[in-house]
Amino acid sequence: MGFNMIVLMKQVPDTSNVQEGAMKSDGTVNRDALPAIINPEDLCALEEALKIKETHGGHITVISMGPLKAEQALKFTLCLGADKAILLSDRRFAASDTLATSYTLSKAIEKIGAYDIIFCGRQAIDGDTAQVGPQVAEKLGLNQLTYVFEIVDLSKGHITVKREISNGYERAKAPLPILLTITSAANIPRPPSVKKAMAFKKLSAKEPSLVEADFPLQLWDAEFISADPTRCGLKGSATKVKKVESVVLKTREKKEIEPTLSSISSLMKELIHDHIIG
Amino acid sequence: MQKNIMVFLENTKNGFADVSLELLCKAKSLAEILGSKVIGLAVGHNLTGLEKLGVYGADKVVYIEDEELKLYRSLPYSKAVISAIKFYKPYIVLFGATHVGRDLAPRVASNLRVGLTADCTELKIGEYKVGDKIYKDQLLQIRPAWGGNIIATIVSPESIPSMATVREGVMAIEGVDEKRVAEVERFQVQFSASDLVTEIIEQYEEEKKVDLKKARIIIGAGMGAANETTMEMIFELASLIKAEVGGSRPLVDAGFLSRDRQIGQTGVTVRPNLYIACGISGQIQHLAGIMDAKRIIAINKDKDAPIFQVAHYKIVGDLMDVLPIMIQGYKEALKYTEK
Ligand SMILES: Cc1cc2nc3c(=O)[nH]c(=O)nc-3n(C[C@H](O)[C@H](O)[C@H](O)COP(=O)(O)OP(=O)(O)OC[C@H]3O[C@@H](n4cnc5c(N)ncnc54)[C@H](O)[C@@H]3O)c2cc1C
Ligand SMILES: Nc1ncnc2c1ncn2[C@@H]1O[C@H](COP(=O)(O)O)[C@@H](O)[C@H]1O
Repeated sequence: MGFNMIVLMKQVPDTSNVQEGAMKSDGTVNRDALPAIINPEDLCALEEALKIKETHGGHITVISMGPLKAEQALKFTLCLGADKAILLSDRRFAASDTLATSYTLSKAIEKIGAYDIIFCGRQAIDGDTAQVGPQVAEKLGLNQLTYVFEIVDLSKGHITVKREISNGYERAKAPLPILLTITSAANIPRPPSVKKAMAFKKLSAKEPSLVEADFPLQLWDAEFISADPTRCGLKGSATKVKKVESVVLKTREKKEIEPTLSSISSLMKELIHDHIIG
Repeated sequence: MQKNIMVFLENTKNGFADVSLELLCKAKSLAEILGSKVIGLAVGHNLTGLEKLGVYGADKVVYIEDEELKLYRSLPYSKAVISAIKFYKPYIVLFGATHVGRDLAPRVASNLRVGLTADCTELKIGEYKVGDKIYKDQLLQIRPAWGGNIIATIVSPESIPSMATVREGVMAIEGVDEKRVAEVERFQVQFSASDLVTEIIEQYEEEKKVDLKKARIIIGAGMGAANETTMEMIFELASLIKAEVGGSRPLVDAGFLSRDRQIGQTGVTVRPNLYIACGISGQIQHLAGIMDAKRIIAINKDKDAPIFQVAHYKIVGDLMDVLPIMIQGYKEALKYTEK
């Protein structure tokens, strides 16, 4: 029979690689100056789905909300073995916080309809919030197991996992359908298939009105998923950014500090002011 | 409207989590600005010591007690917290950024359609202006983002409550008053079978290991610190500035620190906001583990030590003299910024 699985994937700027030019003079981030990668734990989430597909059979749909260039990342997930990839791209989705993101993703999931397991990464490295997974689950009225690092069993409509807790880990069992968030400890994602990469070389995302329902790379907008535009993007976001400050050092300019009380206490003041220490 | 602050109190085997108590202290100071009350929300089974939470700043502790709430599970806990928020209508709700808090808070925020800011490192009350609109008494939620490369101030002006999570150890236990007693009140929530479908088969405790990888501030000790007196001063400074202590390989080999605290090529790679290298020469195998530190202060008596090539702040001096000044200097800086 197999399982219907959905993987939520985000393309993120490689924040481990922030270099000069990545920060604008006003202290905001220049997204374009950073290489875009698939959020690492989302690849671990996809890997878990692929393992289930291999042992039990099933169908994997990857969904990503983001700008058009995320098409490449979605194509990559097809080369890894996903069956279908959906890019949610619409000007009205721009500048979403996690509330608006989870609303939009849940509308797309409702559009897909049947699912047994939804996989997310534990958290995305750009915001490190770990909020979108549980927020999607709540919107769908769905149970969740977060911080999963091992799927122990999947049978008789139930899933048993090991998940991290504050002082160790626990084994938990729950019925399907369910949303899981997967940590990087779960697996090492496989490399893409060269054969598939060749086959998909010319593939580009198409709007659903132009293609068959099972076309592997699709581009969906707000209308198609019946999303209320006032709950998407900037409008649908409850949080607003009041201010951003850069803490990246412009150059590794060295300051020599005299080992005296007055110069060390002014160094400490500087560090407290810059939120380095509290 | 009363702008009350609710703090989710995380119940553990050993009483309430430290972060919950830290949040009560912070909530108390914010509530003083707002002229409002602090409500602790405890969820669990056989909850005790609730009125004592007044010591940390709770004016009232609301508790939801049920055998089914003995161990944390997403569905019944989120239902409990959502119901309590709907009833008590707090203006701000704070959670610890623990495994439980990060599982629970997003569900609650999603249900209530309000903003939630993760891992705040500072919380303040202030204004938010947009165009000619002014929102007063906003919770200013300050947090690092982009892998710690920026610091953002977030507000949720149009949805109530404002919600935030805060990591353990970020807020201080302060303003404690042993004489304060909280009013205690029970709140009832009905659970249905569909809320209780998750079964926790077993929990396994692991010994608490130091996790230098997650530390925001690390003091690195090298062979220049290889004596009891210096190590004591390093630990004193560390507890003051809430830093973890790590060290070079020879210092670990010499038995001054446990193996999980070794930093470098054959130890851990760390990414703190601040690394303070004390008596470390700066050999490449050590540097390999600290290159991602946002700022490095190096203290060494040799003005030509290689560590100074990667340091942002160079302090030439003997640790025996400099460490006491660091401790004193931090205390003075604190006094100044509190004014
Ligand atoms: C394969 C390999 C792997 C290795 N992996 C690691 C690794 O993972 N991590 C690691 O740390 N090392 C590693 N090493 C060892 C590394 O090469 C260095 O030997 C080590 O980092 C030096 O440690 P240190 O700086 O504490 O000691 P030292 O090199 O002895 O330096 C001590 C420093 O303290 C200063 N000092 C002394 N007294 C005082 C004082 N009173 N006040 C102020 N300053 C003082 C001195 O001027 C000197 O600069 C590895 C080596 C090899 C070959
Ligand atoms: N824009 C998005 N599109 C698809 N999935 C997302 C998006 N944002 C977040 N997610 C999923 O939610 C997880 C947690 O993200 P975050 O809450 O941003 O830390 C990610 O690992 C993804 O699985």
